[in-house]
Amino acid sequence: MDKKQLQEKARQIRLDAVEMIAKAGSGHPGGSLSATDIMVALYYSKMALYEDPADERRDRFVLSKGHSNPPLYAILADKGYVPKEEMQYLRRLHHPFQGHPDSAKCPGIDCSTGSLGQGISVAVGMALGFKLKKMPNKVYAIVGDGEIQEGICWEAFMAAAHYKLDDLTVFIDKNGLQIDGTTDEVMSLGDLKAKMEAFGFAMDEIDGHDFDQILTALDKFTEGKPHCIIANTVKGKGVSFMENAVGWHGKAPNAEQLEQARKDLGGN
Amino acid sequence: MADVVKKATRHGYSEGLVELAAQHEDIICLDADLGSATGSQAFRKAYPDRYIEAGIAEQDLIGMAAGLARTGLSPFANSFAVFAAGRAFEIIRNSVCYPNLNVKIVGSHCGITPAGDGGSHQCIEDVAAMRALPNMTVLSPCDFNQAKLMAKLLYEHKGPCYMRTSREPMPIVTSLEDKIEIGKAQILRHGSDVCIVATGVMTALAVAAVDELAAEGVNAELVNIHTIKPLDMDTIAAGVKKCGGKVLVCEEANMYGGLGEAVARGLVETDGIKFDHVAVMDRFGQSGLSGELLEEYGITSANIKAHAAALAKR
Repeated sequence: MDKKQLQEKARQIRLDAVEMIAKAGSGHPGGSLSATDIMVALYYSKMALYEDPADERRDRFVLSKGHSNPPLYAILADKGYVPKEEMQYLRRLHHPFQGHPDSAKCPGIDCSTGSLGQGISVAVGMALGFKLKKMPNKVYAIVGDGEIQEGICWEAFMAAAHYKLDDLTVFIDKNGLQIDGTTDEVMSLGDLKAKMEAFGFAMDEIDGHDFDQILTALDKFTEGKPHCIIANTVKGKGVSFMENAVGWHGKAPNAEQLEQARKDLGGN
Repeated sequence: MADVVKKATRHGYSEGLVELAAQHEDIICLDADLGSATGSQAFRKAYPDRYIEAGIAEQDLIGMAAGLARTGLSPFANSFAVFAAGRAFEIIRNSVCYPNLNVKIVGSHCGITPAGDGGSHQCIEDVAAMRALPNMTVLSPCDFNQAKLMAKLLYEHKGPCYMRTSREPMPIVTSLEDKIEIGKAQILRHGSDVCIVATGVMTALAVAAVDELAAEGVNAELVNIHTIKPLDMDTIAAGVKKCGGKVLVCEEANMYGGLGEAVARGLVETDGIKFDHVAVMDRFGQSGLSGELLEEYGITSANIKAHAAALAKR
């Protein structure tokens, strides 16, 4: 897909995500919308995917910030891994689109996440497993900037560099907000780029909503080093009243707000 | 009298795993800087390419093991019980048991037998914590031989398993020729005066006690529990019945949430008490509307009424 097509796909995925959250009556729109462009770039332009979502040759994606799953679900439905009508049943009993990603219930989910910090550790284990098995699969993960306040992330980052997992790419979705305020107010992250560099990662810092920058960064490979891409993003990106608003971390829009979101996202 | 052979379960497991790894290339051994204590150093020597050092980072130890399992490998994650089952508990819950992955966790130095290290290192809560996890199988071999056999059982069982092993060398009371299987209790002594149900190092201690009792004219049935979950209540209940309802449970773990409570739970119905339970029946939750979810799990007034009414009629 070219840049224009990716942008159009991202618009549709954002709209689907907001519609799903509104229909469910709960969910996490803010972080979903900040991470959408990265997921769209991965699934429509970068990852090796196959008709069977369990094909062992596929590249793996771990949404470590598991609460940002509605865009991922919209992508899995768009890819045909899950019937499209399931988008009507986000967070409903016995349906695959659980409140947080559940690999046992949803085809195409490569890792159950939701408890912050654990996904990145599992992603490191996956990349290590492929290396031990001498398989070429790439592993991509998105962690939230707030999420890396969890100590396990830094254990995992150390291990990624120690085992020279150069087929692992970690996006940090740096939208600067978390539930109780800005990341600086809650627990400041300091110079994240310098920290990740010191932990042994090959670093890039990009605009996480610019597909040229996302794809250029994704094309880089540094032998012997895991790759970290700090993606500067806008929480709630694309929906006017959600952008950079702390309050839109974890609530669903009402009918009126949904109408506005549809207008913002160019839906009907 | 010949000296009793004493060896530690941690070393039995370690020896078994190294032997097993020769036939199964998918076995990966992980440790968190305790390899010389847990016994996984032997694996490192034999198969350095399949040994993963996590560093002093038990949460990541378990997370990485989950990732390895997701690529089709068979990881065995090792640490002291207090760190594996304690510090990494929530990683085990959400990244291993919830997705039901084939990860084996072996916690050594369980109980109070790692005497010198003190209370900070003596894990008495792992049995309760690991039993409480849906999808988890909990093993507790009684001696070196059994721990060695259990390495194979761990490998053959596909799914999350926790095994507790001990630091202290203890008498060997079982044979490498024993036919044991997960979920089946093992009767080591036959008697009808009192039924002793024991696990881990307590079994070896119980053997000595039972033999002394026999010399004094008291014949005890001794049931060794190498699988704490799922628990073989059929064998236990038969032994207790044979002994006139007298049962003594022995475990090197806290009295709350351990084998004792599991056995009591299973036996309560045999004493004229009618017991039923409205609870989450050992399964994880899921998304749903709050009313329908409570309905699905039976957390409703209607379900309490139905169970109570059924009990009243029994």
